[in-house]
Amino acid sequence: MIVRERLTIDQIHSMYASGETTPSEVCRQTLERIDAGNGRLNALLCVTRESALARAAAMDAGIGEAITRKPLAGIPVVVKDNLCTAGIPTTCGSRMLEHYLPPYTATAVRRLLDAGAVLVGKANLDEYAMGGSTENSAFGPARNPWNEDYVPGGSSGGSAVAVAAGFVPVSLGSDTGGSIRQPASFCGLVGLKPTYGRVSRYGLVAFASSLDQIGPFSWNVRDSARVLGVIAGHDPHDSTSAAEPVGDYLSGLDGDLRGVRIGIPAECFAEGLDDEVRAAVESGIARLTARGAEIVEVSLPHMKYVIAVYYIIATAEASSNLARFDGVRYGFRADQARTLSELYRRTRDLGFGDEVKRRIMLGTFVLSSGYYDAYYEKAQRVRSMLVDDFAAAFAKCDAIITPTAPTPPFRIGEKSDHPLALYLGDIYTVTINLAGLPAINLPCGMSASGLPIGMQLIGNHFDEARLLRIASAAEQL
Amino acid sequence: MPITSAEVEKIALLANLELTEKEKAAMTVQLAEIVDYIDQLNELDTSAVRPWSQRSAGDMGSSAATREDQPVPGLGQAQALEQAPDPDEGHFTVPRVIGG
Repeated sequence: MIVRERLTIDQIHSMYASGETTPSEVCRQTLERIDAGNGRLNALLCVTRESALARAAAMDAGIGEAITRKPLAGIPVVVKDNLCTAGIPTTCGSRMLEHYLPPYTATAVRRLLDAGAVLVGKANLDEYAMGGSTENSAFGPARNPWNEDYVPGGSSGGSAVAVAAGFVPVSLGSDTGGSIRQPASFCGLVGLKPTYGRVSRYGLVAFASSLDQIGPFSWNVRDSARVLGVIAGHDPHDSTSAAEPVGDYLSGLDGDLRGVRIGIPAECFAEGLDDEVRAAVESGIARLTARGAEIVEVSLPHMKYVIAVYYIIATAEASSNLARFDGVRYGFRADQARTLSELYRRTRDLGFGDEVKRRIMLGTFVLSSGYYDAYYEKAQRVRSMLVDDFAAAFAKCDAIITPTAPTPPFRIGEKSDHPLALYLGDIYTVTINLAGLPAINLPCGMSASGLPIGMQLIGNHFDEARLLRIASAAEQL
Repeated sequence: MPITSAEVEKIALLANLELTEKEKAAMTVQLAEIVDYIDQLNELDTSAVRPWSQRSAGDMGSSAATREDQPVPGLGQAQALEQAPDPDEGHFTVPRVIGG
């Protein structure tokens, strides 16, 4: 186990304030930790050593003043490698984009940099964010720092490992069906998926556009709250980003929970839930009641159908979004194609990995003539029912608790030959993306084999400030 | 609903994927299993429910943004071609499409 000290932004900033260290020194130490650990963990696909050191050095002189103005001044960060970074490789974990250098930077990353963050690398992921273990990366699996034989979760596995292994205090991932919350659960971290529209998706390579959101990983709720405050807000480059004002996510953390109603849906604690996970989540709920929260029963009657709905809608959107990778304008191109259509087909067969092809195929099928009504439209109708279920539940409570994943982390290779088995592990997380809600993973225990277990706290639309307050009161550190 | 290998070939054509025989065989089995699973949605009567759509998602805070139609600078030709696998004289080149 090589889980390091739990770095936080406040710790680093207080050392900057006292003059104990400098951004250059913090950056050098970060790079040393990466050099020591990344070879085994494979968390980062690219380390931006020179630019990070240069940027940190430029901050050294004014850092004492900068930390009062910039919430992430001198803080080393990594971002998932499906977030575009101008002139820095952005591979999506795919051969298709192995040598791709974006011409622009994603809005969320731009906002981190404007807030003073120092980008030190790009994090490994399941190819095009499709998977829940980071085993689908074309550049090899990332490993869980709590036990290297186990997966770190996915698809934002590298972003989770980079924090859990102590490389950086915070990172960004993306979450289409649990890709921030599940690796946060598997790596013992806080991981936040904001409300759909809360954070601009501009520059996030699209997987499923009605589900994708960008969010942070950190050791504590406060750091995720701080990063959310930086990356949230309307962006003219993303017409689905919300005009809703950005809340004050840092105030009121660590309060008590008197008057807060927590909904527990029985459907999420039924058959199929691992006993260790159940016990850990129940202990997490007990911590909330100890702080004064009131427990109410709520119902999510269509939970049984969420995996089916998700894998229809997400793959349909993916099959459309990934049509752009055709070997013409950027990315990989297969050679020796004699016709344009052969060029497309060969490029895509050689450029995409198995899981991506499987999802493009499923998505193409559910959208194809003769099946559209039976699958895609049917799924969109059931999605409406799920949205209504949550509206009814939130009439009775302020937040809802479920497990994040039905099992503790599994071994690398254990599920890689059985796609449906992996999909079933997404049951508690995909439903949140379908309903567009914010949700956070909070660590709530350890398995007998020493691996982290998390629980999911779900808030109402754009109610992140309250969700973070509740999460903060419940966190154990 | 059973997925046949002929069906897989047709979908691959629609998806612009050239699958190997081995890939087709594996895909047929895996897709059949997944489609069998998603068929459980047929248990639900959804005739009275409207399909979800982004436009109806006012509660999700979609800004339904409409902006002034003002021209802004784009990438420009040089930058747009920078990542092209085979650019030539300001164009993307591809194999012959007509009369090949």
